[in-house]
Amino acid sequence: MGKGLKSPWLLHYDGSSCNGCDIEVLACLTPVYDAERLGVINTGDPLQADILVITGGVNAQNEATVKQLYEQMADPKVVVAIGVCACTGGVFKECYNIKGGVDTTIPVDVYVPGCAARPQSIIDGILKGIEIYNQRAEALERELEGGIA
Amino acid sequence: MIRIILTICYILLAPLIGGLLDGLDRKISARMQRRVGPPLLQPFYDVSKLLTKRETAVTKSQNFLLISYMVLMILTGAMFFSGTDILMCFFVMSTAATFLYFAGVVTSSPYASIGAQRELLSMMIYEPAVLFACVGFYLATGSFNVADIAKSSDSAIMYLPGFFIAFVFILTIKMRKSPFDLATSHHPNQEIVKGITSDIGTKNLAIFTVTEWYENVFLMAVVSLFIVNENPISIVVALVVVLLVYFLEILIDNASARVKWQTMLKTTWVVTLFTAGVNLIILMIIK
Amino acid sequence: MAIIPFLIIFPLVIAIIMYCTRINKIRNAIAYLSAVVIMVSVGVLVCQWISKGMETITLYYNTELVDHIILAAEIVLMGVVTYLSFKYKKAWVSLLSICPTALIAYYEIFGPETREVVGHIYIDYLSILMCIIVGIIGSLIVVYAVGYMHGYHHSAHHSNVTDRRYYFFALLFLFLGAMFGFVLSENLLWIDFFWEMTSICSFLLIGYTREEEAVNNSFRALWMNLLGGCALAIAIVYFGYTYENVDLHTLVAMGTIQSKCAVICVALIAFAALTKAAQLPFSTWLIGAMVAPTPSSALLHSATMVKAGIYVLLRLSPAMSGTMTGNMIAFVGGFTFLITSFMAIAQSDGKKVLAFSTISNLGLMVACAGVGTSETVWAAIFLMMFHAISKSLLFQDIGATENALGSRDVEDMHGLLYMLPKLAIFMFIGIAGMFLAPFGMLISKWAALKASVDVRNIVLVFFIIFGSATTSFYWTKWMGKIISHSHLNGAQVKDKTKKNEMISLTIHAILMIALCALFPLVSETFVNPLVNEMFGSSENVLSNQVLFTLIIIIVVVFAVPFLAYLSSKQQTQDLKLSYMNGVNTGDNRAFTDSLGNEKTLWLSNFYFHKIIGSRKLMMPSQIFTLAVIVVMMCRIIGGVFL
Repeated sequence: MGKGLKSPWLLHYDGSSCNGCDIEVLACLTPVYDAERLGVINTGDPLQADILVITGGVNAQNEATVKQLYEQMADPKVVVAIGVCACTGGVFKECYNIKGGVDTTIPVDVYVPGCAARPQSIIDGILKGIEIYNQRAEALERELEGGIA
Repeated sequence: MIRIILTICYILLAPLIGGLLDGLDRKISARMQRRVGPPLLQPFYDVSKLLTKRETAVTKSQNFLLISYMVLMILTGAMFFSGTDILMCFFVMSTAATFLYFAGVVTSSPYASIGAQRELLSMMIYEPAVLFACVGFYLATGSFNVADIAKSSDSAIMYLPGFFIAFVFILTIKMRKSPFDLATSHHPNQEIVKGITSDIGTKNLAIFTVTEWYENVFLMAVVSLFIVNENPISIVVALVVVLLVYFLEILIDNASARVKWQTMLKTTWVVTLFTAGVNLIILMIIK
Repeated sequence: MAIIPFLIIFPLVIAIIMYCTRINKIRNAIAYLSAVVIMVSVGVLVCQWISKGMETITLYYNTELVDHIILAAEIVLMGVVTYLSFKYKKAWVSLLSICPTALIAYYEIFGPETREVVGHIYIDYLSILMCIIVGIIGSLIVVYAVGYMHGYHHSAHHSNVTDRRYYFFALLFLFLGAMFGFVLSENLLWIDFFWEMTSICSFLLIGYTREEEAVNNSFRALWMNLLGGCALAIAIVYFGYTYENVDLHTLVAMGTIQSKCAVICVALIAFAALTKAAQLPFSTWLIGAMVAPTPSSALLHSATMVKAGIYVLLRLSPAMSGTMTGNMIAFVGGFTFLITSFMAIAQSDGKKVLAFSTISNLGLMVACAGVGTSETVWAAIFLMMFHAISKSLLFQDIGATENALGSRDVEDMHGLLYMLPKLAIFMFIGIAGMFLAPFGMLISKWAALKASVDVRNIVLVFFIIFGSATTSFYWTKWMGKIISHSHLNGAQVKDKTKKNEMISLTIHAILMIALCALFPLVSETFVNPLVNEMFGSSENVLSNQVLFTLIIIIVVVFAVPFLAYLSSKQQTQDLKLSYMNGVNTGDNRAFTDSLGNEKTLWLSNFYFHKIIGSRKLMMPSQIFTLAVIVVMMCRIIGGVFL
């Protein structure tokens, strides 16, 4: 991996998913995939998280919640949408209460398709997220230095 | 002279040792769960990441309360390694812990508040065993001074087996390990989120983590004080004992589920009374 | 040294003037003036004493006239008690006053002539210290009371209480006069008189509102204290008949060499001191005393009354060291320390927390005096000083907070720092003084623990260890409440604190911080000589190394939060909402519930009142301590005669 983020801490949020993707996200932490070897911790606390992992689409009720959680995370931060519902709304897209994918509410950086998304692809998505995180971290560093100078 | 060197070593090296111990903890825990686990240096990666993020806080006062917590904890350890009064060390430590409590409740967040209340309760629960240990050292060696205790002719544990058990027992509370991790819930997805640290993020969390390393090293040093005597070989024995105790804590952490505070209060005080208390009575009669 | 009779008589005269002055403004002005006069005269006394080389001074050898006046006054006191007991249909209480007074009167008239004439007034380190505490704290409470009582009688809450401020202030000054007399007297008969006087003053103060609860509580306070008075009177007469001498220091000297009669007398007087210091089983009177207006609580808890009990025990402590009496006192004190600190955890009423913590801290002081070594007495003296300032500060602060907030419940003080910043800071200082390093309790606990291990008092070690754990619990959770960001409406509450109340509070806070900062100096120049004088040893309780450590702690604990605060002020931090599962409504005070409605957050501390509430613990522990006292007294008295 080299330089860059070595301890991606996740905040896992379940929008209106069928729970299939959530099971797969949790499967990443089990001994078989052991995401912790990459330094991943599932924190459950937005104030400590770097990567927001969302499964399921956004509906009328949880829209404000998703926004608030995203807002509470400290910069730099990355959003990874897991599963087709999170990416586009999926099979629920036409439902009366569904707004669509996560990107209708907050900016999404990585889309991980699948129904449900496989653990391998989820880990892959998170690694992609780390790359984006690193770019943002550098940008932030420049900004802060610029602020001092 | 040696005291000054030791003190400086503590201030400079304790975060390194504490971080390594933490990394070891995570590695061994992972292996106990048949996982590969994170690299040994993972805790350092975590802290350096936290330091590079944009600073956030819920209320500005969190920062100064946590810094006070850290400095007082460093003072605790520094006092210990400079060989002063052990009772004073623990009094300063409880003042440090009070600042942590303040940092928890200051935001009025529901999760941090409940965590802080539990932290305060744990302080009340472990304090008797800690004070007993100090009294035990005094009885065994005739001095409260760490320097004198470390230079005694016999290892203190010869007189203080009960005190040692009680102290190791409360180490589980102090190191925030399951089954007594009521206040912080180290493992994710728990009923009180991150407990007392729920509203602490970025740099503040880094301060908290480093302080925990200082604290762990200090606690391990107290454990070794039970063993160390005037004979230099005892230092090696003490190191082995410390590692064994640390391993034991990891094992307990991985093998148990969190209990309610009532259970924690009852078991801890019963164990304290029946090990340290009984040992104290015997010691007072024979010494 | 004419200043001494002045100190005792001046407050008594002022009390009469207060009673006669019915115009508020004039009376207030006189009260201010006399408070200042008392403080100045205490200062003069201290200066005179220092200029005479800080040595023990005994004065007034022939005082026949004064003796007669005191006897007459004692009979008047008895008359007052008897009248009031019959008036409120509690006639039996009068017996507790008539019997000892009759005994004392009989002794004075028909008893043996005193063999050698000794001074009636005794000035040494301890009495000077007590004078300083009574004079400064007491006068400040008077200053505070002027403003407080004005607000008290103008609030709708107390509209049913008749305005008898002339009576209230008369009692306050009477009380101060009695305390000065008490701590300066050497003659036991004088001590007995002033003792009864403080008991009756507190009785009248507690019953000030004349409500049913107040009357009941005041009679409880009265009979418990008079019971102690009986024991004191019996001890004095017995001692007087045996040695034909009635001065305190002879008694202590005789007690120290384990002379048979003196052992019994010391035990009886120590028992009397337990009632006055509100130890179990007699704690309930001090808790009942909460019904009185706040200045009287402040006075009873900090400068006067309970400190009288501690003063007597400290005087007796050389005679109690290592004896069965000492063990009894140490046990009862230690037990009280532990049990009442449990009860304090279960209280949410601020004044009740203070009441239980007073009893608890007094328990530790009593235990220290009971162990009676130079270390423990040193610890007890410091506890007494810190306790006097801090309790007076806290009571006054709670009174002022209640006036502004309309509640004195700790739960309602959530975010007090943002609602009433000044009062909250004073409260914070007061509480910190009670238990945080490097303040009073810490070092005293250290010394007490060390000494009780040294004398191999196993039970006391257990009490101190568990008691100190529980003590920090209830104080810390209170402090946490004060600094929490408000979940209440968040609006500023109007601070109704009067100027004079503020002055008193500020001086207290300054005294508190000064005492902390100058702690090593005070120990070196005042408390060490005091202890040496009492025990004749010259060793320093604080070794240089501990002293050095202490100084470092003091500097760090004061400096670090301050510097950290300054540095954190300059930092730029992104402020985020507190985490409430993403449904925080935007100001950290409310969240959206599952029906989409806004719900206000309510956070509460742990109390466990069902497990360790005073209702559950008080009765069993009273019975237990009573049994201990009865058994031990039997053993002490039996042991002397067998």
